[in-house]
Amino acid sequence: MELLVAIAIGVLTFSGVYLILRARTFSVALGLTLFSYAVNLFLFAMGRLHTGKPAVLSDAVSYTDPVPQALVLTAIVIGFAMTAFVLILALRAHTELGSDHVDGVEKPKAEPKQRKVMGKTNKLKRKRAGATR
Amino acid sequence: MNHMLLVPILLPLICGALLMMTSRSPIGLVRLISTASSLLLLACALYLLTLANSAQIQVYALGNWSAPFGIVLVLDRLSALMLMVTAVLAVFVTLYALRGDDQRGGYFHALLQFQLAGINGAFLTGDLFNLFVFFEILLIASYALLLHGLGPARIRAALHYVILNLIGSGLFLIAAGLFYGVAGTLNMVDLARFVAQAQGDQVFLLEAAGALLMLVFGLKAAFLPLHFWLPRAYASATAPVAALFAIMTKVGLYAILRFSTLVFGAEAGAASGLGENLLWILALLTIALSALGAFAANSLVSLLAYLVLVSVGTLLAGIAVGSEAAIAAILYYLIHSTWVIAGLFLLADIIAKQRGELGSSFKVGPRLLNPHLLGGCFFLAAIAVAGLPPFSGFLGKVLLLQSVSDSAAWQLWSVVLVSGLIGVIGLSRAGSLLFWRHHNPTDSALPLDKTAFAIAALLLLSSPLLVVFAQPVITYTEAAAAQILDVQSYLQAMQLEDAL
Repeated sequence: MELLVAIAIGVLTFSGVYLILRARTFSVALGLTLFSYAVNLFLFAMGRLHTGKPAVLSDAVSYTDPVPQALVLTAIVIGFAMTAFVLILALRAHTELGSDHVDGVEKPKAEPKQRKVMGKTNKLKRKRAGATR
Repeated sequence: MNHMLLVPILLPLICGALLMMTSRSPIGLVRLISTASSLLLLACALYLLTLANSAQIQVYALGNWSAPFGIVLVLDRLSALMLMVTAVLAVFVTLYALRGDDQRGGYFHALLQFQLAGINGAFLTGDLFNLFVFFEILLIASYALLLHGLGPARIRAALHYVILNLIGSGLFLIAAGLFYGVAGTLNMVDLARFVAQAQGDQVFLLEAAGALLMLVFGLKAAFLPLHFWLPRAYASATAPVAALFAIMTKVGLYAILRFSTLVFGAEAGAASGLGENLLWILALLTIALSALGAFAANSLVSLLAYLVLVSVGTLLAGIAVGSEAAIAAILYYLIHSTWVIAGLFLLADIIAKQRGELGSSFKVGPRLLNPHLLGGCFFLAAIAVAGLPPFSGFLGKVLLLQSVSDSAAWQLWSVVLVSGLIGVIGLSRAGSLLFWRHHNPTDSALPLDKTAFAIAALLLLSSPLLVVFAQPVITYTEAAAAQILDVQSYLQAMQLEDAL
């Protein structure tokens, strides 16, 4: 079981880090989510893995460590709120900067492509502006 | 147990919640609550300062659960000093924001109070996971404050800032989990006790967790390779927010100082002095490179952001040295650098308002409406921040340079003095361009807001005051440095020493 949990945490972290290093805000947000899943699993596993042990509520002689469970609950709540904030911020950045690149501008390397993309977003903007008018 | 220890956390939290509810009521009421809260916080911080200075380390066990099991708040000289620095800054920031900046977006005062609650909590807590929670409170408030006023520049800066800090939070949790998994405790003092006795593989795991924590705190403190988010974020923030953020890097430095003295201090056995050599090199590189950054800055606010980094490097150098004299010196320098840089951010905003669309960018612009007043004030503040006599920056640097000896001395002396010179050149270039090279006044310049100017000038006045009252301040910082290096006194205060 330890090996399985360790591999799961490792794969989640790997995918999370890979996605965080991407240039688009959406994949970064996804990466952050996966990374926080990995972190939560890791925190939970720090109470050691047991089978068949009750929670601390019962009168049993041995029970699972309640502290990591409490920590992971806090971490999940905070992580959830932060992910929501990142998504809203990413949306806001896309509407305000006209690009979903994490730097807010397209790389200059892809110049011919970039113009097309920018043209599209400009058209979109014009459409939107027309709609609001 | 003294219940006053809770006030610096509860007061801003309650006032912040109240401000959320009253956000639709007249602006006068909102401003009244916010100002009253900041002033009360200052009174409370001053009381706690005298309490910490006169008595032993104060421990407040939340819910009356005793030390290693429950969460504790700890008040020693260091945390009381940090609370006081924050409270003074908060009063000036609140008053300056009342001059109109709080109207550029919603909920400014509520966010400010939440931010203060998070900062104060981070300074007071004695529990590692609780520190994480307070870090998140101050961070989420700072995300929204950084965005205050909106605009593309702020959104671009905030996107980097938020993503980086979310990764930091994840690493913080891994570190906290590792500490708990190995030591079975999250109380920092109990952790120190455990690290001192750790053996074999435990040492490596604890060192890995400690290194991860240093990385997270380093991201907040923004020293060299982790500083890239800072210049853009600070330069694009609204003036009172940028001034408030002057304390934010110090939260990270405080945490590094706390961990390197308490958990990985001289008594930590095999794990003693974790990463000190690396921190020393990074500190020197931070000072040198950010001085160059200040020289190459293209606007006054970005110059100031790089000066924040110079002060971070200087403070980190003192932490890496780790002697009593060095820590006493950097605590004095910390007070100076927080207040003076915050004051300069406010002054830069007042200058920028008289330059119309150009703002504070280094381009030949219109003649200022009050060149002598603003120029004179900038001149004196620049002397203070660059570390020239007779102001507090000079005194802080002299104390730090005196505290190092042997081979470390020539490294620090050369880096600090040369980067100081570069800083002076950068500041004089800024001053001559802003005040001497100009064409006719612009129509879009706003007349001088005398109250706002008085607030900024009063905050900058802290620098000569720190020199006049240097004797009591340095006595206090020396006592604080002696206290944090005496790990046994913390074990005694929490009644954990019998277990050692």
